[in-house]
Amino acid sequence: MTRQIRDVKVLNNREISKGVFILDLSTGLVDAAIEPGQFVQVKIEGSRETFLRRPFSVHDYDASTGILSLLVQVAGPGSLKLSGAGKGDSLNIVFPLGNSFTLPLNGERVLLVGGGCGVAPLLYLGKRIRKAGIEPQFLLGFRESRSVLETGEYELVGKVSITTEDGSMGEKGFVTQHSVLSVDSFDRIYCCGPEPMMKAVAAYALRTDTWCEVSLEHLMACGFGVCLCCVVDTTAGNLCTCTDGPVFNIKNLKW
Amino acid sequence: MVDLSVNLNGLVLKNPVITASGTFGYGSEFDDFIDVSRLGGIILKGITAEPREGNPYPRMAETASGMLNSVGLQNKGIGHFISEIYPVVSEYDTQVILNVNGNNIDDYVKVAGLVSGLGKINAIELNISCPNVKMGGMAFGTVRQSAREVIRAVRNVWNRHLMVKLSPNVTNITEFAVIAEEEGADSVSLINTLLGMAVDSESRRPRLATVTGGLSGPAVKPVALRMVWQVSRAVKIPVVGLGGIMNAADAVEFLIAGASAIQVGTASFIDPDISVRIIDGIGDYCRRHSLSRVTQITGSLEL
Repeated sequence: MTRQIRDVKVLNNREISKGVFILDLSTGLVDAAIEPGQFVQVKIEGSRETFLRRPFSVHDYDASTGILSLLVQVAGPGSLKLSGAGKGDSLNIVFPLGNSFTLPLNGERVLLVGGGCGVAPLLYLGKRIRKAGIEPQFLLGFRESRSVLETGEYELVGKVSITTEDGSMGEKGFVTQHSVLSVDSFDRIYCCGPEPMMKAVAAYALRTDTWCEVSLEHLMACGFGVCLCCVVDTTAGNLCTCTDGPVFNIKNLKW
Repeated sequence: MVDLSVNLNGLVLKNPVITASGTFGYGSEFDDFIDVSRLGGIILKGITAEPREGNPYPRMAETASGMLNSVGLQNKGIGHFISEIYPVVSEYDTQVILNVNGNNIDDYVKVAGLVSGLGKINAIELNISCPNVKMGGMAFGTVRQSAREVIRAVRNVWNRHLMVKLSPNVTNITEFAVIAEEEGADSVSLINTLLGMAVDSESRRPRLATVTGGLSGPAVKPVALRMVWQVSRAVKIPVVGLGGIMNAADAVEFLIAGASAIQVGTASFIDPDISVRIIDGIGDYCRRHSLSRVTQITGSLEL
């Protein structure tokens, strides 16, 4: 769909883990195409500390109802303010922005790797992959059991494996150490999370010669390719995370 | 019907709202949000003779009521502009103004010379005030003799409208405006960003890879307004005001302080349609104040 500036209504805001919220927004649109991996820029009104919009991945989206969900982790004044949004509040967003994940082909085996709140774009991606007839494997890494996000929605879409760094839930260690990687092999890996984690997953993908896309999060001012602040160093030079990304194939990144 | 048109020393704009260089790409990035042809003018992202990769990431730090940037004039060079971008921007029914940069005088002259062959470009904005490049940029715009030399050299090869963008990082900006006027500039635009810095107290590291960068946004508006007022009293050529304009009231303040036109910059990052809303707002202001022409606002500060 064409990018637009739009006032949307908050339908629901619930805290799913300490400091992590899911906001359901009514876009008022019907059958608008928003793709997995795209993001929205949310205006945070009323504070000199939140001058710029805040980018959030599309966590979930239902084209038939026009309801779009964001996963918001409180990390600063912008996300803190947003976490306090209540039912009926209006938010001004610019969307949909950025490119999207490349969907798999029929019969391919798919792994979705998320770290912490980096799982944000993977639920909608998983749903779209499932709709296309493929059951994806989720591999979700967290620091400890307390920070594990609820996985019920992911389990409706595919198989879910968990790692925690302290072993308090799922397998102990990092996602790249999980047994699913030694038991199964995959045609496509999709990954989003902290950069060290994505680099480790990218290294695994390169080692095993597996196709891999990652979704990057860089500081940005505009979100639509004019400020040139969110650049990432690629084989094609500096590219904008907001318009050339946020999804990049790892073979194009200088990692 | 309010007449919003302005005449900047022969450069006619359908209204006084221009989008500032580096905040509007090459125009087409905004096609989804606004009708770019409604604008008085668009100033394109700064161009250099050769392609530039710009500075390392991070290049941006949000600050109180503003932001710092240190992009460093990332662009694909004048050759790419002429072959790929010029045909696209030529379609807009607005004044398309090229922001010209260089590492040395020869670079500025080369770019200006090449632009002379582009019929749709009626004006260039000579950027002698970019704070984010090691050579050129602000190094020219903060030393009187260098400013004079680069303006003179470009004036010799460019016979259409020459707007000179001034740096606020000087003791007395009016001296540079006077130099621009003496060297034949048709207008001056001010202010470019204020040199600033941000630090992460936890890591004790600078928040920009280049340590320092250019501050923009409402945080700089009072400084910009003061400089526009001073410069408009010091020169006869038109002054184009910019610095922290977020809405029509801000724009009108710059006109009152002496600007003949204004530029909308950082605000477009947050509200990509703000420039056309400012045009509408200026029209509303004129109607509320029973003004038939927007030019009646310029320099109307009551002392």
